[in-house]
Amino acid sequence: MTSTPVRPAAAPATTNLLAPPRGRGGALAGVGPVLRLALRRDRILIPAWTLGIAGMATMSAQATVGLYPDLPARVEAAQVVNGSAALIALYGRIQDPTSLGELSMFKLTAFGAAIIGVLFAFLAVRHTRGEEEAGRLELVGATVVARSAPLAAAMGVVAITATAVGSLTGVGLWVAGLPLAGSMAFGAAWAATGLVFGAIGAVAAQLTVSARAATGLSLAVLAVAYVARAIGDLAEQAPGPASWLSPIGWTQQVRAFSGTRWQILVLPLVATAALVPLAFWLRSRRDLGAGLLPDRPGPAVGRLAGPWGLAVRLQRPALLGWTAGVVVMGLALGSVADSVEGFLDTAAMRDIVAALGGEQALVDMFLAAELGIIGAVLAGAGIAAVRWLPHEEGSGRAEVLLATATSRRSWALAHAGVAMLGVAALILVAGLAIGTGHALVVGEPGQVLRLAAAAATRIPAALVMVGIAVAVWGWWPRASWLAWLLFVVFLALGEFGALWGVPDPVMDLSPFRHSPLVPGPDPAFGALPVLLLIALGLVALGVGRFSRRDLGTA
Amino acid sequence: MTMSTAAPGSPPSDLGDAVIDVRGLVKHFGSLRVLDDLDLTVASGEVHGLLGPNGAGKTTTLRILLGLLRADAGTLRLLGGDPWHDAVALHHRLAYVPGDVTLWPNLTGGEVIDLLGRMRGGLDRARRDELIERFDLDPTKRGRTYSKGNRQKVALIAALASDVELLLLDEPTAGLDPLMDATFRTYIEQARGSGRTVLLSSHVLSEVEALCDRVSIIRSGVVVESGSLADLRHLTRTAVTAEVRSMPAGLEHLPGVHDLVVDGNRVRASVEREGLTSFIAALGGGVLESLTSQPPTLEELFLRHYREELVPAAADAGPEPRRGLRGRRSA
Ligand SMILES: Nc1ncnc2c1ncn2[C@@H]1O[C@H](COP(=O)(O)OP(=O)(O)OP(=O)(O)O)[C@@H](O)[C@H]1O
Ligand SMILES: [Mg+2]
Repeated sequence: MTSTPVRPAAAPATTNLLAPPRGRGGALAGVGPVLRLALRRDRILIPAWTLGIAGMATMSAQATVGLYPDLPARVEAAQVVNGSAALIALYGRIQDPTSLGELSMFKLTAFGAAIIGVLFAFLAVRHTRGEEEAGRLELVGATVVARSAPLAAAMGVVAITATAVGSLTGVGLWVAGLPLAGSMAFGAAWAATGLVFGAIGAVAAQLTVSARAATGLSLAVLAVAYVARAIGDLAEQAPGPASWLSPIGWTQQVRAFSGTRWQILVLPLVATAALVPLAFWLRSRRDLGAGLLPDRPGPAVGRLAGPWGLAVRLQRPALLGWTAGVVVMGLALGSVADSVEGFLDTAAMRDIVAALGGEQALVDMFLAAELGIIGAVLAGAGIAAVRWLPHEEGSGRAEVLLATATSRRSWALAHAGVAMLGVAALILVAGLAIGTGHALVVGEPGQVLRLAAAAATRIPAALVMVGIAVAVWGWWPRASWLAWLLFVVFLALGEFGALWGVPDPVMDLSPFRHSPLVPGPDPAFGALPVLLLIALGLVALGVGRFSRRDLGTA
Repeated sequence: MTMSTAAPGSPPSDLGDAVIDVRGLVKHFGSLRVLDDLDLTVASGEVHGLLGPNGAGKTTTLRILLGLLRADAGTLRLLGGDPWHDAVALHHRLAYVPGDVTLWPNLTGGEVIDLLGRMRGGLDRARRDELIERFDLDPTKRGRTYSKGNRQKVALIAALASDVELLLLDEPTAGLDPLMDATFRTYIEQARGSGRTVLLSSHVLSEVEALCDRVSIIRSGVVVESGSLADLRHLTRTAVTAEVRSMPAGLEHLPGVHDLVVDGNRVRASVEREGLTSFIAALGGGVLESLTSQPPTLEELFLRHYREELVPAAADAGPEPRRGLRGRRSA
C-alpha cells in the first residue's frame, strides 16, 4: 500500500504497474487466503464447538420429549418454572406452558445464548487481536493483504461458524422431535446471537492492546446483557424494557416455539450490521499492534520485588475488571431477589411455598442459585488467571525469570496463589454485593454478612477448578483447553445432568455439586475441607511436575 | 597443535578452574537427538564464544546450563554445582540474556531491569544508571513499545548490572546498532578485566574474533572444534591465485591443497599452512607470471565448518582425528 509511483504525475498505465495489485476490491485484497488460514488453524476447534453446542441442545430436547410426553405434565412443569423468580432470573420465562419446545429449551435459550456469546467473542478476538499480539499478523500484513483483510477474515470465520451452529442446532432439535419451523427459528436465533457477540468481540479487539483484555471487555458486555435480560424477565409486564436492550433478550423474544416471531431477528442483524463497520472504522484509524489510546510512559524505576509482585501486577487488570463486574451484577441480583413475592399470586402457590418453608425459603433458594452461578463464573475467572502460567512460559518470559535466583516452585506458586486468592476475594465481594443489594431492598443490614458467609462456601469448589488448571498446565503445558473442557462439562452436568439421566457417580465428579446449598434449610458443609485439600493437592501436583520437567517455549 | 577437544579420559589440564565443564551431554526432544555427546569446557575468567549454524544446539546447551532443560545424559558442572539441582543457588552467581527477548507489554524497561536485578539477588544502582545511559535506553517506555534492539538492551542491562561471576549470553548483540555493539564490547572487556567469565553464542564472526579468548564450534549437537583463536588460525587456509607459463603436473596431489581449479594457465586453490611452501615451489617450477594470495581468515574456517561436505578436510588438519568430525551423524 505504500509503494509510490516514481513520477507522481505519471500516466495511469505507469501508475498501475507500480501500484499494489488490487484484485477484487482493494480494501479487501487477500481476504480469501487469510480466511483459509484462519479456518485451517481452527479446523478442530470450530467443528468441536459446533457439535458440542448442537449436541447439548439436541440431548436436552430429546430428554424433555421423553420426560414430558403429555400436555398436563408439561403445563405443570412450566408453571413451577414460571412461579420461581430464581429460575426466571437464571433462565427466563416459559412463554407458552403448552409448548413442548419452550419447555425443552427453557434452560438453553438465554443460558445457551450466553455460552454462544462467550465462544463467538473469543473466536473474533482470537483471529484479530490475538494474531496481532502474537506478531503473526505482521507477517501476514506484509504480504499483499489489505489492512482490513484479517478483520474481514475473522468476521468470515464468525459467520461461517454461526451458520454451522445455527443449522446444526435446528436440524438436531427437529430430529429430537420438536416442530420444524420452531427448531429452525431457534437455530437462527442462536446463530444471530453468535454474530452479535462476534461483532462485539471485533470491536473490543480494536479498543484494547491485548487479546486477554479484549476478551474480558466482551465478557463484561455479555454479563451486562445477561443481567439486563434477567431484570427484563422479572419485570411485572415481562419482557421489561431491559430485555430489549440485551442481545440475549432478543434471542429469547424470538419465541421460537410459541408463535415464532422471525421479525425479531432483525434486531441482532441490525446490531451486527452496525458493529462490524464500527470495528472496520476503528481498525482503519489505528496502527498495527496499537490500541485506541496511545501508550503513556511509565516509571523508570520499578518496585516489583519478586514473583508475587509480578503476578499481582500482571493479574491486576483482570482482577479489577472482575471486581467491578461482580459488584454491579451482585447488587442487581441481590436487589431483585425480593421480587419473588410477586410470583406467589395463587392460593395454591402460597400453600406450596408455605410447605417449603415460607417466602424466606423461596428467596433463599433464589439467592443460593445466584451464588452458585457466580461461584461457577468466578471459577472460570480463576482458570483464565492460571493461563498466565502457560502464557509466560510459552512467551519466553518465564525463561528470563527462572534464570534468576527464583525457583520454579516459587514462580509457579506465585501465579497459582494470586489466582486462588483472587478467586476467593472475588467470590466474597460477590457475596457482599448481593447481600448489600438484598439488604437495601428488605431493610435488613444483617443480610450483607449472611450472604458474604454463604458466598464463602462456594470458594472451595472454585479453587478445585483453579487447581485442575494448574495441574493440567504442570503436566501438559500445551493443553490448557483441557481445564476449560472439564469446566464446561462440570457446568453442563450441573445444569443438564439430571435431565440427561447421567448416573450419580459421574455427576459427583463435578466440584460444584459438593458446595452446600446456602442460604438454605439443610446445608451440608462436610465436603468443604475435602474440596480445599483437593484444590491444594492439585496445585502441588501441577507445580511439582513443572519443577521436574523441561521449561517449554513456543 | 593444542586443541582441547580431547578424547574421553584425557581431560584438559585446566579442568581445575573450569567454570563450565560439560562431558558427553545428550539431549532429545521427542525422538530428535539435538545434543549428541557434547563436550564443552569454559575456564574461569575467559570469554568463550559458541558458534555454529542455525539449529546446531547452542541455545539448547545454554538452557541446559541454566537448568531450564534437563540433560538426558552426561555430566555437567557449572560454577562447581549441578545446573539442574542447584539451579537457584547457582543463579545467584550468573546472569543470562536469552536469544529472543520478550518483555511484559505493560511493564516499563526500568521496571523489568529492576525486577530481574532483585530476583537475581540485588543490583548495583549506580551501575544500572550508568548502563542505561551508555546504552541510550529510555527506561520509561512500555515493553510493547520498544524496538527489537531496545528490548535486547533491556535484557543486556539487567544482566550487566548484576555483580555476578558468569554471564551466559545468547546472541547478545542481535539487533543492536554498531554504536551499541561497541558499547557492548567495552562492557565485555570490562567483565573480562574484572575476572568474570563469559559464555556467549554468536553468528557475528568479527565479534567473536574481537571478544573471545576461545571458541567452540557446534554442529548438529556436537562440538566439532574448540580452542583459542590462535589455535584455530592454524587451521585456516590461504587462497592462492597464480598465472604460470606452463602448468606443472600433479598439483592436486600436493599435501594440504584444496579446491584446486586449473583454467588454461591460471590456477586457484586454497592451501593449508603446512602445504604453502611445497605448493608455491611447485608453481615456481612452471615459471610464475603473477601470484596473489589472500591471508587466512577465520570466517573461511567457520564457513568450512558450517558446511557439512567439507568435514573430512578439517579432520585431516589436526594431529589426531577429532571426535565429531568423522561423519558421526548416524541416520
Ligand atoms: N522445545 C523444543 N522442542 C523440539 N525441538 C527443539 C526444541 N528446542 C529446540 N529444538 C530443536 O533443537 C535444535 C537445536 O536448537 P537450538 O535452539 O539449540 O539451536 P541454535 O544453535 O541456538 O540455533 P540458532 O543459531 O538458530 O539460534 C533445533 O533443531 C531445534 O529445532
Ligand atoms: Mg539459538
